Amino acid sequence: MATTDTFYEAMRRQGISRRGFLQFCTITAATLGLAPGFAGRIAEAMETKPRIPVLWLHGLECTCCSESFIRSAHPLASDVVLSMISLDYNDTLMAAAGHQAEAILDEIRHQYKGRYILAVEGNPPLGQDGMSCIIGGRPFLDQLREVAADCQAVIAWGTCASWGCVQAAHPNPTQAVSIDKVIHDKPIIKVPGCPPIAEVMTGVIAYMLTFERLPELDRQGRPKMFYGQRIHDKCYRRPHFDAGQFVESWDDEGARKGYCLYKMGCKGPTTYNACSTVRWNDGVSFPIQSGHGCIGCSEKDFWDKGSFYDHVTDTRVFGIEANADAVGIAAAGTVGAAITAHAAASAVHRIKQRAGAQHTEDGQA
Amino acid sequence: MSMYTGVPTVKRTAVYVYQTPVRIWHWVNALAITVLAITGYLIGSPLPSLPGEASDHYLMGNIRFLHFAAGYVFLVGFLFRLYWAVVGNRYSRQLFTLPFWRRGFWSELVHELRWYAFQEPEPRKYVGHNPLAHLFMVVIITVGGLVMMVTGFALYSEQTGLGSWQDELFGWVIPAVGQSQDVRMWHHWGMWVIVVFVMLHVYTAIREDIMSRQSLISTMISGWRMFKDDRP
Ligand code: HEM
Ligand code: HEM
Ligand code: SF4
Ligand code: SF4
Repeated sequence: MATTDTFYEAMRRQGISRRGFLQFCTITAATLGLAPGFAGRIAEAMETKPRIPVLWLHGLECTCCSESFIRSAHPLASDVVLSMISLDYNDTLMAAAGHQAEAILDEIRHQYKGRYILAVEGNPPLGQDGMSCIIGGRPFLDQLREVAADCQAVIAWGTCASWGCVQAAHPNPTQAVSIDKVIHDKPIIKVPGCPPIAEVMTGVIAYMLTFERLPELDRQGRPKMFYGQRIHDKCYRRPHFDAGQFVESWDDEGARKGYCLYKMGCKGPTTYNACSTVRWNDGVSFPIQSGHGCIGCSEKDFWDKGSFYDHVTDTRVFGIEANADAVGIAAAGTVGAAITAHAAASAVHRIKQRAGAQHTEDGQA
Repeated sequence: MSMYTGVPTVKRTAVYVYQTPVRIWHWVNALAITVLAITGYLIGSPLPSLPGEASDHYLMGNIRFLHFAAGYVFLVGFLFRLYWAVVGNRYSRQLFTLPFWRRGFWSELVHELRWYAFQEPEPRKYVGHNPLAHLFMVVIITVGGLVMMVTGFALYSEQTGLGSWQDELFGWVIPAVGQSQDVRMWHHWGMWVIVVFVMLHVYTAIREDIMSRQSLISTMISGWRMFKDDRP
């Protein structure tokens, strides 16, 4: 498979007009938060640089990342980026199948040793020797390790690859783990979300391809440009939060007026993602705008953090689930009662002692 | 003496224990913690919604501001108290040192527990803290306070943003604990631990002021420990 043409050539072959191509460059520059001048740089890079092959593997997952990706807000974005990558390997989207498909993996691995990008959707189960996820007759874990060995960098798509997600939720029967638990020697870019936003996905790829470096990452390995702030920091309902105006129940006046969803368990204050700025489906809306709190889908182990509808969620320690407020109020009440009882007992004790002391003093006198 | 006056008097000895900075710190700190616990609770479970326009109110903003301001007071106070433990008298060091290696400490601790359980006729006398109070103060105020400051400033770094000093110093806490919600919930649990401590602390301070052989509340006001009798 010839992959030495430029991105631009690949796009033109896909029937994308030059005008469409430039539009894509502008939108991408904007999504990445770059100055308008950068659109030109992106265009130039795409026209001159040879296409970097991207291999897109699927482990244990639900394919929501791919589904999100092909619904990029700007229809061109998905076309463009798909033409950048799907030509190589993506077992959901590519035409080739079976042995033919697996052959592509080998070919790219050897031909582009150390120069291709590995994108992983889903994650490997470690239990039962990896038997819970078999690709081409072999455990996904083996395929992942092999392809990762020769790649340049790894993109962890979605919460599955980044943190483990639902298949790794308690009690995690297949022992699914995030990919950074099995790939240790390559840079990993985490793009969490269940799924991640399409524009975030295309933005990350476009950045890497045009600038030939990884985007700047935060402590947890997420691109700062999309995951540097919480949903809560950019939420349009924030003025209601600061004012102290909350939706108290789903059908109240506050819900109609678009008050803050904090009391309905919104996890915006603890969730790093771009939903409140980039939004979903061509920027139409995002969960909070539709009246439902954020459930924290891009956060580690968000399935195991208690109810989506409480702010003070249950804490699970040593297999016990407990709510801080429930336990705290009970403890304070018990201690309060104990103090009262102890105070009463102390008073009685003192009176008795006093009487006793009186006796002995009288006796001595 | 009483022979002549007929009025029984008890000789009282007094020792200067808590220096002025320690006393000021104690009351400032008590106020800060009270404000932190009340505002913290209201951050977790906000007051009923206010009517009208969002621009008319800033209730949650003010509650949070008070929390963060008290948080800074708590931190600065703690650092000052640490400094004073170095330059102050020997009792000022108790808050940061626990002589767990001393066997006497543990037997005195048991004695103090038995006194509270009405198993001992009278408590022993202590110039500084009694061992039980000492243990609680080190564990809850020093260790617990540190946990609250570290988790509190980690949460605070989420709003000051990547690269802020809060983030540089405390941002690592969030991935170390798990994720942001975990840090919030441990911070929240911490509040209840401190609330229970304060309840016990205030009760025992009042009780011991009356029942034990030494002064307590006035000691934290004047600095002088008065002993009610002369026996060892
Ligand atoms: C939030 C509330 C409070 C906190 C966190 C607190 C904390 C502390 C701490 C850490 C000490 C040790 C001082 C040191 O060695 O530097 C202490 C001592 C003391 N506190 Fe408090 N305190 C609080 C409220 C109160 C109140 C309301 C009273 C009075 C009823 C009180 C009475 C005392 C007394 C009498 C001592 C000295 C104990 C002794 O003589 O051994 N405290 N407190
Ligand atoms: C005795 C000490 C403290 C107590 C009892 C306390 C209590 C609390 C409680 C109960 C919450 C609500 C958590 C929730 O359910 O969301 C909270 C939130 C918070 N606390 Fe504290 N806290 C203490 C110290 C501090 C300190 C030293 C700081 C540092 C500035 C701090 C910063 C915060 C922040 C940033 C939040 C989150 C507020 C928000 O994002 O709206 N806390 N605290
Ligand atoms: S709706 Fe959620 S994210 Fe928005 S301000 Fe309220 S708590 Fe924050
Ligand atoms: S708003 Fe929250 S739950 Fe919804 S997609 Fe964004 S991060 Fe996930």
